[in-house]
Amino acid sequence: MSSTTPPAPAASPAPAGAHSAAPAGTPLLEVSGLTKHFPVMGGFPIRRRIGAVQAVDGLDFSVAAGESLGLVGESGCGKSTTGRLITRLLEPTGGRITYRGQDITHASRRQLAPVRSEIQMIFQDPYASLNPRQTVGRIVSGPMEINGIGPPGGRERRVRELLETVGLNPEHYNRFPHEFSGGQRQRIGVARALALEPKLIVADEPVSALDVSIQAQVVNLLQEVQRNLGIAFVFIAHDLAVVRHFSQRVAVMYLGRIVEVADRDQLYGNPRHPYTRALLSAVPEVAADDAAPPRERIRLAGDVPSPLNPPSGCRFRTRCWKATERCGSESPPLVRAEGSGEGHLSACHYPEDVAALTESKGSRGTKGVTGSVDLEISKEP
Amino acid sequence: MTIPIPAVSAPLEVVPDDSVTMAEPSAPPGGEGRSPGRLAWRRFKRDRTGVVSAYVVLFFFVVAICAPLIAKVYGKNPYTTYGQNDPSLLNDFGFPVKPNGGISSHFWFGIEPQLGRDVFTFLIYGIRNSLLIATATTLLVTVLGIVVGITVGYLGGRTDYLIGRVIDILLAFPSTLFFIAFWPVLISIMVSPEENTPVWLTVVSLISVMTAFGWAPIARLLRGEVLALREREFVEASKVTGASPARIIFKELLPNLWTPILIQATLALPMFVTTEAALAFLGVGLSDPTPDWGVMIQNGAKYYESDITFMLFPGLSMVIFVIAFNLLGDSVRDALDPKTKR
Repeated sequence: MSSTTPPAPAASPAPAGAHSAAPAGTPLLEVSGLTKHFPVMGGFPIRRRIGAVQAVDGLDFSVAAGESLGLVGESGCGKSTTGRLITRLLEPTGGRITYRGQDITHASRRQLAPVRSEIQMIFQDPYASLNPRQTVGRIVSGPMEINGIGPPGGRERRVRELLETVGLNPEHYNRFPHEFSGGQRQRIGVARALALEPKLIVADEPVSALDVSIQAQVVNLLQEVQRNLGIAFVFIAHDLAVVRHFSQRVAVMYLGRIVEVADRDQLYGNPRHPYTRALLSAVPEVAADDAAPPRERIRLAGDVPSPLNPPSGCRFRTRCWKATERCGSESPPLVRAEGSGEGHLSACHYPEDVAALTESKGSRGTKGVTGSVDLEISKEP
Repeated sequence: MTIPIPAVSAPLEVVPDDSVTMAEPSAPPGGEGRSPGRLAWRRFKRDRTGVVSAYVVLFFFVVAICAPLIAKVYGKNPYTTYGQNDPSLLNDFGFPVKPNGGISSHFWFGIEPQLGRDVFTFLIYGIRNSLLIATATTLLVTVLGIVVGITVGYLGGRTDYLIGRVIDILLAFPSTLFFIAFWPVLISIMVSPEENTPVWLTVVSLISVMTAFGWAPIARLLRGEVLALREREFVEASKVTGASPARIIFKELLPNLWTPILIQATLALPMFVTTEAALAFLGVGLSDPTPDWGVMIQNGAKYYESDITFMLFPGLSMVIFVIAFNLLGDSVRDALDPKTKR
C-alpha cells in the first residue's frame, strides 16, 4: 500500500484505532465460503419455500489494507450481493466474513458499530443514494452524527474539508442533491463514505450510472482517495477497462462463484479461465492498432443459467467450449494452476494456455477508462 | 495509472469544468440551497386557484376560531329565541315577518322560523363545531395513519400481512351505516334514558368512530410509499453507517413522506366535514340545540318549501368551504409533486 502520509484534512484522528492493531500481512478483510441464498416462496394456500436463488455460493477472497480488489462479472452474477454481504446490509446464509480478525458474519447492529465506521460503501445510483430532503451538509455529516464523532473544529468544518477533498465547492454545504449533476452527486457519495475515515470502501458500480466523461473523473477521484488515504477498496464493476484502471487485483465472478482471481497484469495478460478469456476478448478495442491482426473474438453461446438451478460441477460448463464430462461431475477448486504466477488462482479443470492473449498486452491502456464493455452473448451460428 | 497524483487537497485536474461552472449560476454564492419545500412553496404561490382557495379556507377557520368574539361584537348568541321574545319578528305561523327569512340590519342572515333563533350566530358557531370535529379527526387519522403505515411498511412480513387485512376490512366496511345503526345502542348503554346525552360524549364518539374508520386509506398509502423508499440506496447508505431503525424512520423516511401525508390530510378534512354534517342531518351525531352545519341543514329542510333562505346559508357556506378546501388540496399536491399533470 502507499504509505504516503495523508495531508492535513485527511489526517484527523483514526477512528477507534485502539482495538485494531492487526499484525502486518494479515488481510484487512477475509471472506471464506461466503454464501447467500435468497429463498423463493410460493405455493397455495400455504406459502412455503420452493427454492432458492443462489446469488452467491462459496466465495473465498481477501483484501489487504490499502489494496483495491476489483470484482467483475456479468449482470446477475452476484457482485452487488457480495458487496452488500461484506457491508452486512444482507445477512449471509453461510461462510465467514472476518474483518481484522474479528468475525462479523452474523454480528448484530450493536456489535457491528465499531466496524461500521471502518467499512463504508459507495453506491451505484447517485440519484437514489442521496436523500432528496437533506442538504449536502447533513448528508455528509450524518455518519459522524450517528457514530458520535466530533472532529476538532466541528463537524461542519470537517464536512467542508471533505467536500474540498472530493472536488466540490465547500460553499455547497447548504445545497440539496437535486441541485447537482450526476457526477457531483457521486462525489457527495464519496465524501459521505470518507466521513468516517474508513479502512475499506465497497464501491458498488460507482461509475456505471455516469456519463463516460464523468466516469473518468470519478474513477480518478477514487484512485486518489485510495492512494493518498490508504483505503482498501472492493471495486465492483462490469466494466473491465475501469477495473483494470483502478484495481491492483481482480476477481472474476460467474454465477455466484469466483472463477479467477489474480493481479491485474496477470489476469488481463494471461487469463487462465476460459470465461475470463471470453470476457476479455469481448472488450471492444477503441483505438485498435491497424497493423495488428484482428483479435480473436470468443462468442459465448447461450444464456447465463438461472441461479435458481445452477449447473452441476463447473458452473460455466454449459457455455464453455472446453467442457467435458469431468466438468459436470466435479466442481473445479479455485487453485493456482500450473504455470500461473504467484497469487493467480483459477477454477478450471482445463486452464487456458499461458500467454494465450499476450498480444493484447500491448494495448493495456492508460486511458482505458473510457469505453464500457457489454458482454456479447449470442448463439453460435 | 500514469497520471501523477497530486496531494488530496489540491484540486483534481478534471474537476473545474464540472463543479465550478454548473453550481454558480444556480444560486448566489454561499447562499442557502433551495430546499424541496421552498420550491413547492414557490410553485404554490404561483397557483392562483390555490392561493384564492387558501384564503377562503383561512377565512372559514378565522371565523370558526373567532366565533365567540364575532358574536359578542354582533351582540347576539345562537341559543336565545329572539323570535319568541319579540312577537313583532315572527308571524302567526311562526315564520319571519320580514321577507327573505327575516333578514334585517339586526339579523343579518335572518331568524329561524318557530324558535326565532339568530341564523348568523348559529351558523358561525356551527362552522366552529363542525371544523373542530373535522380538524380533530383529521389530526388523529393522520397520526394513526402515519404510525401504522410506516411501521407496517418498514417491518413488512407477517405484520404487514395482518394489518393489510385489517385495512382491507375497514375500507370495505360501511362506516356510516355502522354509525347510524350502533351509535344509539352505544349511547343507551352509556347514558341512562332519563338524561340528555352530554354534548362532549357525542363529540368524542363522533371523532373516535370517524378516526377508527378513517385511518385506513392514509396508512395503506404510506405503507406503499415506505415499501418503495426503504429499498432506496440512501436508506442503505444510512444503514451502512450504523443508523438505528428509529433514525432511519424519522430522519430518512419521514421527511420524504410529508408530501403524501399533507395531500391526504387536506383531502380528508373536507370529507370529514361532510360526513359529520351528514350524520347530524340523519339524526345521529350532534343534535338541535348544539349549533352545527348538519343540524342547520336538517332544520332548513323543514322549511325550504316555504322559504329557502334557511337552507341557503348553511348549504352555500358548506359547499364553498368544501370546494375551496378540495381545490386547496389539489394545489398542494401540484405544488409538492411537480410531475403530476392534470
